[in-house]
Amino acid sequence: MAPKAPSREALTMLKHSIRPSSALRSQSQCRIVHPFAGPTPRLQARPQFSRQSPRGVATYTHAHHAEAVSVLPTNVDTNAEDFKENKRQMEEATEALEQLHAKIAQGGPEKAREKHIQRGKMFVRDRITALIDPGTPFLEFSQMAGYEMYKGEDVPAGGIITGVGTVNGVQCMIVANDSTVKGGTYYPITVKKHLRAQTIAQENRLPCIYLVDSGGANLPNQADVFPDVNHFGRIFYNQATMSGMGIPQVSVVMGPCTAGGAYIPSMSDESIIVENQGHIFLAGPPLVKAATGEIVSAEDLGGGKLHSEISGVTDSLAVDDAHALVLARRSVGNLNWHRKQTFSPSAQPTIQEPLYDPKELSGIAGTNLRRQIPIHEIIARIVDGSVFSEFKPLYGPTLVTGFAKIYGHPVGIVANNGILFSECSLKGAHFVQLCGKRQIPLIFLQNISGFMVGRDAEMGGIAKNGAKLVTAVSCVDVPKFTVIVGSSAGAGNYGMCGRAYSPRLLFAWPNAKTSVMGAEQLSSVMEAVGKKVDPDLKARIERESEATFGSARLWDDGIIPPEHTRRVLGMGLQMAQGGQNLGVERETKWGVFRM
Amino acid sequence: MRAVRKSTHLSRQLLAANAVRHSSTNAVSIKPLTSVLIANRGEIALRVGRTASEYGIRTTTLYTDPDARSQHALSSPYAINLGEASAYLDGDRIIQIAKEQGCQGIHPGYGFLSENPTFARNCTEAGITFIGPPWQAIEAMGSKSKSKDIMIAAGVPCIPGYHGSNQDPEHLKNEAANIGYPVLLKAVKGGGGKGMRIVNKPEEFFDQLASAKSEARNSFGDEVMLVEKYITTPRHIEVQVFADKHGNCVALGERDCSIQRRHQKILEESPAPHLKEDIRQDIWEKARAAALAVKYEGAGTVEFIFDNDTGEFFFMEMNTRLQVEHPVTEMVTGEDLVRWQLIVAEGGKLPLTQQEIEQRIKERGAAIEARIYAENPDMNFIPDSGLLLHLRTPKPTATVRIDAGFVAGDEVSSHYDPMIAKLIVQGPTREAAIAKLRAALEEYEVAGPITNIEFLKKMCISPDFVAGDVETGYIQKHHDELFTPEPIAPEVHAQGALGLALQEISRAHTDLFSGPPVTSIGYSNSFQRRQIDLVETPANGKGDSTSTPITLIQTAPSKFDISVGDKTYSNVVSTFAPSTNTLTTFFPHTRLSTTFIRDEDRLTLFQQGKQYRLQLAVPKWAAKALGVKDLTNSVLAPMPCKVLRVDVKEGQEVKRDQPLVVIESMKMETVIRAPHDGVIARVVHGAGDLCKAGTALVEFAEEEK
Repeated sequence: MAPKAPSREALTMLKHSIRPSSALRSQSQCRIVHPFAGPTPRLQARPQFSRQSPRGVATYTHAHHAEAVSVLPTNVDTNAEDFKENKRQMEEATEALEQLHAKIAQGGPEKAREKHIQRGKMFVRDRITALIDPGTPFLEFSQMAGYEMYKGEDVPAGGIITGVGTVNGVQCMIVANDSTVKGGTYYPITVKKHLRAQTIAQENRLPCIYLVDSGGANLPNQADVFPDVNHFGRIFYNQATMSGMGIPQVSVVMGPCTAGGAYIPSMSDESIIVENQGHIFLAGPPLVKAATGEIVSAEDLGGGKLHSEISGVTDSLAVDDAHALVLARRSVGNLNWHRKQTFSPSAQPTIQEPLYDPKELSGIAGTNLRRQIPIHEIIARIVDGSVFSEFKPLYGPTLVTGFAKIYGHPVGIVANNGILFSECSLKGAHFVQLCGKRQIPLIFLQNISGFMVGRDAEMGGIAKNGAKLVTAVSCVDVPKFTVIVGSSAGAGNYGMCGRAYSPRLLFAWPNAKTSVMGAEQLSSVMEAVGKKVDPDLKARIERESEATFGSARLWDDGIIPPEHTRRVLGMGLQMAQGGQNLGVERETKWGVFRM
Repeated sequence: MRAVRKSTHLSRQLLAANAVRHSSTNAVSIKPLTSVLIANRGEIALRVGRTASEYGIRTTTLYTDPDARSQHALSSPYAINLGEASAYLDGDRIIQIAKEQGCQGIHPGYGFLSENPTFARNCTEAGITFIGPPWQAIEAMGSKSKSKDIMIAAGVPCIPGYHGSNQDPEHLKNEAANIGYPVLLKAVKGGGGKGMRIVNKPEEFFDQLASAKSEARNSFGDEVMLVEKYITTPRHIEVQVFADKHGNCVALGERDCSIQRRHQKILEESPAPHLKEDIRQDIWEKARAAALAVKYEGAGTVEFIFDNDTGEFFFMEMNTRLQVEHPVTEMVTGEDLVRWQLIVAEGGKLPLTQQEIEQRIKERGAAIEARIYAENPDMNFIPDSGLLLHLRTPKPTATVRIDAGFVAGDEVSSHYDPMIAKLIVQGPTREAAIAKLRAALEEYEVAGPITNIEFLKKMCISPDFVAGDVETGYIQKHHDELFTPEPIAPEVHAQGALGLALQEISRAHTDLFSGPPVTSIGYSNSFQRRQIDLVETPANGKGDSTSTPITLIQTAPSKFDISVGDKTYSNVVSTFAPSTNTLTTFFPHTRLSTTFIRDEDRLTLFQQGKQYRLQLAVPKWAAKALGVKDLTNSVLAPMPCKVLRVDVKEGQEVKRDQPLVVIESMKMETVIRAPHDGVIARVVHGAGDLCKAGTALVEFAEEEK
């Protein structure tokens, strides 16, 4: 155990003194006290002491002891066999994902990459490195986008990199085309990823920087990218509306920007173009020739010099990528973004890391979801100082609720520790309301196979009680973040703020499984309703519930290593609570609670 | 040698007659000084002020416009502005100020008015004590020919030579034979080595004479020659003397100041190495004889040229002031010479006898002084100037002394001498003193102007110097050893890159909006791989710069993977303390603590007792985007300077080596010549303009392609 943890003795002492009737304790609480339940000589000294002062005087409790009430203990034995087995399985999964991500980070095929460099261009990830402040993290979204989605076509990361990074002291949404992947053209998943980035930017008020290097819509897929509400056109709609909301839009044109793509810089507040490299035109030279017979070079038709000197489409002319990125950083510096805040570096709280090693999360969770994951152990490895003020711990204990801090940001945590019962839903709804009233962001840790079924449950009104949780989660107007740490099935996915409930960010662990129900149950339901069952159905459902499958389709914002959960949430909270969101208060408008 | 012997006898007798201590009975009235004016600047003004304050004497300091915020001007509550930069030489004004301020004495320091007999006389006539010798003594020693006559009369050996008007070649050859070969032929009006020849053998005398005459005729239009003894391995040995108004005169040991560049001393030590005791005694006696011959009072230095081959020494000149290197003598004698000056000026008697002084020197061993200059040794010690961005000195102790005129943040002005400080150490032996000097120099950190500290460190380990084999031509003779550049270790490059990264981050992280203190999140690559190019420019300005790429991957806020060339360092933990500019890095194999100073794109690193200068490479796009001119077509000022004259016009065609501009810096004129044939496109600076080092003076037209 880390030395920072309060002594077991002190903890036990406190538990006894604060809640003397341990008989009433739920099982989950007993788990904490159980190993040290035996009285120690020191404990016996206490009653004598109180006998000496029969009159009720104000009791002095030192802050250190007061804080110890909320410190989560751990029961993890890293030498235990099942821990080792879990760890091995999770590390296997992690290892595979690491390799997959490394391969995706390479971008397009070697030939395309070589050509890119020969043109004097920087790789898209290098562009991002050059754009963000040194020493600050870049939270990349959905690297798995497009993975095994298009038969016979490899579209690493969906051909577009999106993420949040700090540029010149301002957290920004960066959307960057990777022109080594299919010329940076927009596949349906590319559009989805671009729009998702814009949604995140809009919800969190993040200035947007577009590093444009794209051939526009992927023509063979035009039906799935062009006309619908969430297709290509939405990109520009979003730019216009965000600009209207005062969320700056900055473009850096580092490659082609054809047809619809031409609107990205044209609809930006400021745009920068690289000469002899960036081109903006509604129709490229081949189309112009076909349409009007005019023969013109790309540079003369829509090059940097033309747009910076004559048309005025762009504002700054850069000589190369590095220069363009310096100019983009300068633009961000001139946003006057933190104008409503006063800086006081000394006011920054000292942040206490969790008492227990986050690396142990893999051994705690494992990949076998039949085994219950002790959720307190997870929370203890995510929150500051492993301090968790649990709310209603004894009532509906299979849903754990409580307050904590992550990198100094106060959060309300709602986490599954078993099946959802009626009480759990009521407690959850109550807690979500508290957070709404107090403007505390919510963190959902999902590991849920569903709400309880059966006659008893229905009799207890689980439908209407579950609805209360779903209503509360839907309506509460605070930033919400969801991490799938295990399974995410059935209405549990909804009650626990699944993708449809607009969490600001949703991430999955490598062991996560998302499906309406387990593959086995699904097959047996199909059989039970008398349908002829496809023998491959079970295997297919199994595959479709994998994290990689969902992540490829942007059901989440990415798969994360369990030990980085704290970092991801910290970054998300900063994004949701920092910048111009600081001090923003919203009144939640509740739906009707059916009581 | 015989003649020398004779003169030894003579001077002994002379001294015996004069130097009996406390013998004089004529009453000299004691006139205590309670307030003095220091007519000088920099370290010597501070040095004099320190002793004066110690004895309760009020000091008034003077300053000029460029010196208004310099340390000496701030050292006293009584500070008077003289105005323009040259005003330290305005004697009448200074005497006027002394009278107005009620000062009884003026201490002239060294340089400026210290050896100006008119000023000394004017002081005396204005009723102000000139803290120095009587003006007559200054005047006598100020004239080369007059002083030589006096010295010869007093039995002090002077360099044998013929300075007469008989220019008959046969006559000159006879004189040469009398003097003894080798001899030096020198044009009377000569200078800068022109019209000068060394004759080693009588057979070559006429050839060399003809050659010297022809050169002199061409250079100065005059071919009058003088013949002097030529000393092959000369040393500069000088004797510190002190005399009082009561006729006492003592020698406070000698100093060897043979290590010189541009005819100026940089290392001075006492006692002189490998000097036989009888010669030492003799040289002291001759020095005292010289002082007494001009009725000297106060502190003075008699300079001799010492022939290392024969052991002979000859009088060169007497400096009638306290010298820059006086602390060396203070260290070996344990006395405060400024205090002695004040005692003598007040009319008191010398505090120690010759015997007592000798005893002191025996007990105290050796001392050595290194002058720390803002100058570039690799470019023939050309002076530098500028802001002292960083200054860290060794810790002063009883045996390590620093006399400095500057603190960090001060500017070394191009108006005055570029000496930053003097570092003086004392040790039981010469070897110990040199070792200590080296250690102290390794702790001496100066960033801003280029300094000679690195050069001085190399001197301290130069084997011949350590062996005591010094001579005035030492630096030229050991040029290869002293000026061979050493390759920079990859750890230095790594530290440079780390310093840049961490300094930038330490600034950025002062705000609240940068997210959790981590550098990577999730499975994605870290987005922290950055390449930093550091450029090393040859110190002598010749040859190409070398650029070294350093790759930094920041894996955690203070953790890096670094590669420099074929070296890779993993999991390097590095932190930067902005308040002390210290970079502490734990490499896998070692810990390095480096002082990291950045001035725009210039980096100065101090690491393990060495200074490294690197430059951050200009990004590729800068040339095109910022119009940073390729300076190949421009002629740049080599140092901070004032343009005296422009010899070319715009549009004029010039030939290679044709004079373009004449500049003045550090009181030295330099002619800037055309590097190649071409046409002048633009004269950037006109006469009277002040230019920084590296600014373009003249631009050439771009050559037609």
